[in-house]
Amino acid sequence: MGNNKQTLFDCHVPLWMEQAGPEGDIVLSSRIRLARNLNGVPFPEQADAEQLQQINNRVSFSVKDLADSNESHQYQMLDMASLTEQERRILVEKHLTSLKHVHIPENRSLIIRDDTAVSIMVNEEDHFRIQSLTAGLNLRSAWKMADETDNLLESRLGFAFNEDLGYLTSCPTNLGTGLRASVMMHLPGLVLLSQMHRIIEVSTQLGMAVRGFYGEGTEAYGNVFQVSNQQTLGFNEMEIVNNVLGLARQVVEQERSARRILMSDSGEELADRVWRAYGILRHARSISGQEALGLLSAVRLGIDMGVISHLSPDVFAELIIATRSCIVARMAQSGKMEKTERNRLRANLIRERIKGGNNDV
Amino acid sequence: MLCNECGSNTACVHMIKVLNGVKTEQHLCEACASSAGEVCFSTGIHFSVNDLVKAMFSQELRASTAPGVTCPNCGMDFADFSRSGKIGCNVCYEVFHEQLEPILRRVHGTSCHTGKVPLKAGNAVRLRMKVKGLRQDLDKSVQCEDYENAAKIRDNIRVLEKELQDEGAESNGQ
Repeated sequence: MGNNKQTLFDCHVPLWMEQAGPEGDIVLSSRIRLARNLNGVPFPEQADAEQLQQINNRVSFSVKDLADSNESHQYQMLDMASLTEQERRILVEKHLTSLKHVHIPENRSLIIRDDTAVSIMVNEEDHFRIQSLTAGLNLRSAWKMADETDNLLESRLGFAFNEDLGYLTSCPTNLGTGLRASVMMHLPGLVLLSQMHRIIEVSTQLGMAVRGFYGEGTEAYGNVFQVSNQQTLGFNEMEIVNNVLGLARQVVEQERSARRILMSDSGEELADRVWRAYGILRHARSISGQEALGLLSAVRLGIDMGVISHLSPDVFAELIIATRSCIVARMAQSGKMEKTERNRLRANLIRERIKGGNNDV
Repeated sequence: MLCNECGSNTACVHMIKVLNGVKTEQHLCEACASSAGEVCFSTGIHFSVNDLVKAMFSQELRASTAPGVTCPNCGMDFADFSRSGKIGCNVCYEVFHEQLEPILRRVHGTSCHTGKVPLKAGNAVRLRMKVKGLRQDLDKSVQCEDYENAAKIRDNIRVLEKELQDEGAESNGQ
């Protein structure tokens, strides 16, 4: 167990991401989240410490159920209060939990599968938030994992449900399926051609949300965007999954054609941009997290477009996580760290990771 | 230094403008600079879904004439919802059904749940939900004047309703 825990905080590329998924050149990951609550127990924001602890105790029995159901995986339950502040932040930076969940760590816990593809936040906004992640555009298999986990938890716990309103949730906007399906995409082509506003507008009309994954609004750092459903009631789970999948496929197509246009109309400028970004990352001695995301995005685009051939596309997925502040500090085996020191370490880390190859002149 | 404009607040925005080679200096407080439209402040305003829900609860609270009902399970009243934007527990959804209804309609329209049903919900719930779904299909078929399909769906509904009756009789008999 101790060993598993170490891996959780130290390993940068999540195990589920090691195999490239469908449309892996554009889609980084697909995620399903289910909101579930117990009957008769106040929702976490209204519950007292004793009630919250009871919920932890009740769900702890499900950890064994989960392990028994799938021999190839192990599960562990982390008590958020027993982790260090830095460890909690790393879980947030890896998107395994939310800021809200770590804000008050007392009586909060996280159940997590050894490959981190499945996790359950206990006592976040709802009693349980089941999450599943897959590489690439693969929402259906993410849904399958979440659905199975949900069934296993329910067999022991019994969830609050109403025939008209579906699964009852703390925030009324999640009623019904309690399902949020989201797809994380790298869209540098659409950003360069200033097309993201159009995509966001159309998506909103379809009842979907498009957000920058790092940073706010349309100027997403690293050009990473998340497409997700807004409606949770009135559609069944497969309809929601298929709707998000449909929109994501459209966006993938748009991104591909944007990249084609960029290549044919301004191939040289594109190559210049890519190599400049590479040059900075390859030689910088200090770099902020935000700057790193932007340049890494350009380098990844260069790899996808065949401009850079000596680097693997995984470098991007790995470094956008590994360059987050707390992970950088952790790697230096340091607790709190000054920004300047962190920026220096971040630059070292990136230089080390992207060096080598014949093109590296 | 005091604001050049209002003369009362401390100036925190210092602008040096060079226009056609003429240099002007201005020192303004945040409010005056904002209203002058000279600078765009990033005030860190994050308008979230939660804020929107809170506003809807507040609106409903003002409109509501119901006396201070509290949920017997978690102790929350409707005013608590407008403060947190969150419901207290599953029982709240029954207790405040009437006041919540217009809010739920604004968020979700007139939709009903058509998705997954918990395994433990029991056969009767599952059957009733299936009938509900089929009724929607029936309406659609009638609207498209596909009467052949509508007749099939109607027959299906009858079978399920019969099953539901039997289910009811069985559980009453127990």
